[in-house]
Amino acid sequence: MLIRRATDILPSEITPHSVYLNRRQFMLGSAGLLLPVASIAALPASKSGYSTTEKPNSRQDITSYNNYYEFGTGKDEPAQYAGRLKTRPWAVAVGGEAGKPRSFSIEELLKFPLEERIYRLRCVEGWSMVIPWVGFPLASLLKQVDPTSRAKYVAFETALRPGEMPGVARRVLDWPYREGLRMDEAMHPLTILAVGLYGEALPGQNGAPVRLVVPWKYGFKSIKSISRITLLEKQPPTSWNMAAPSEYGFYSNVNPAVDHPRWSQASERRIGEFLKRKTLPFNGYADQVAGLYRGMDLVKNF
Amino acid sequence: MRPTLLSNPTPAMIGRIKALLFVLCLLPLAASLWQALSGQAVNPVETLTRDSGSWALNLLLAGLAITPLRRLGAPGWLLRLRRMLGLYAFFYASVHLLIYLWLDQLFDWGAIGHDIIKRPFITVGMAAFALLLPLAITSTDGWLRRLKRRWGQLHRLVYPLAVLAVIHYLWLVKRDLTEPLLYAAVLALLLGLRLWWRLRPTLGRQVQ
Repeated sequence: MLIRRATDILPSEITPHSVYLNRRQFMLGSAGLLLPVASIAALPASKSGYSTTEKPNSRQDITSYNNYYEFGTGKDEPAQYAGRLKTRPWAVAVGGEAGKPRSFSIEELLKFPLEERIYRLRCVEGWSMVIPWVGFPLASLLKQVDPTSRAKYVAFETALRPGEMPGVARRVLDWPYREGLRMDEAMHPLTILAVGLYGEALPGQNGAPVRLVVPWKYGFKSIKSISRITLLEKQPPTSWNMAAPSEYGFYSNVNPAVDHPRWSQASERRIGEFLKRKTLPFNGYADQVAGLYRGMDLVKNF
Repeated sequence: MRPTLLSNPTPAMIGRIKALLFVLCLLPLAASLWQALSGQAVNPVETLTRDSGSWALNLLLAGLAITPLRRLGAPGWLLRLRRMLGLYAFFYASVHLLIYLWLDQLFDWGAIGHDIIKRPFITVGMAAFALLLPLAITSTDGWLRRLKRRWGQLHRLVYPLAVLAVIHYLWLVKRDLTEPLLYAAVLALLLGLRLWWRLRPTLGRQVQ
């Protein structure tokens, strides 16, 4: 598979290899300047050529305007209630069509080489942000469980904790929240598991302790607080598709040419901007991912 | 009878109540603008759109509550506040519409026409506004005199337009229907009471 990279990043903007190799030393040096408070410990992350050069939204914007229905359907409710979710201990069970199924503790996930990925995020509701995630390619994790030849899809599940999630008392969606990707989408280098934001541990409202980020799909595909990953032969059911099959498809690639049945997807309001801007096919990642869908009818497979 | 605020207010008292209501009805706009312009709202245009729409509905329902409240024993002078409530509902609906035309569509009339035809929630929202507009225009004493009995007939348009406004809200919500259903329940109660009072004498005769 040929993966073309975005052309808007100059090699000179990427961290020199020598600096990258010395990142632990750098962290060690700066650690002395910081008070040893574990909860706000910075996550050591290298820069990535997959990051956009657009200006990221403020931490305040990213952490106070969220869709996370397990904590309520209001945009401000996740920030209010997501702190109740206990993220330690945490484990992600990875299994299904895998030669070596196993569970990963959050401590093990944090040991993957972390990168900063500054991605655009486009919500199906018509707004967008630029977010500096910290994470690692999902492919790195999946390779460790040795997917079998029957693994064609990947299913994800959010933890279900009625005692800690006030929103699940009402069946707004069929809990637990579920999402899915085709295997090639899951293995694509743009697809990451995020464990941090702005260089620190992921806040609860953004999907702590570990979430999926698929930047060319509408935001709801990027499932939060993952507890289970299953490799499957058949396409798995997904939450928004189950709730309204005519409105939310399995693929849900950002596509200005295919409207949501009730509103247009041609433009979006970038948070922080006054007027709307045009929405780009695949959220501006067409160069890298359009090839995954060659020959497919994207109106039918919306 | 001694003039008291509740039972028999003087015209001066009514004037003060109206002045107070005038200021009260501006507070939601002030609060929304403050949120949007001070940077507290992450998505200020959405905040203004949602708040102006909600207050158009709130004031519309407040206006529709006057008649049932009076029948249930509230003082008669409440009727003197109804015009202001209706005009403020129109004011908030106009702000709501203007934000859509300007900040969402940039006055692109082709796109707006397309939206009205293709998106049912826009269609019913526009229809509700189109019905509200003549009511706002004919709200003056002059039009009341000129239209005589037909004024009352014309202003019954408020019933279908309130139904359209609530449907507009129901159809635009992504998933959680709690709030629009709450509005629908209040509207059903306000219209249902009217229907009940109108039909009850007839039903009574049928029983005899």
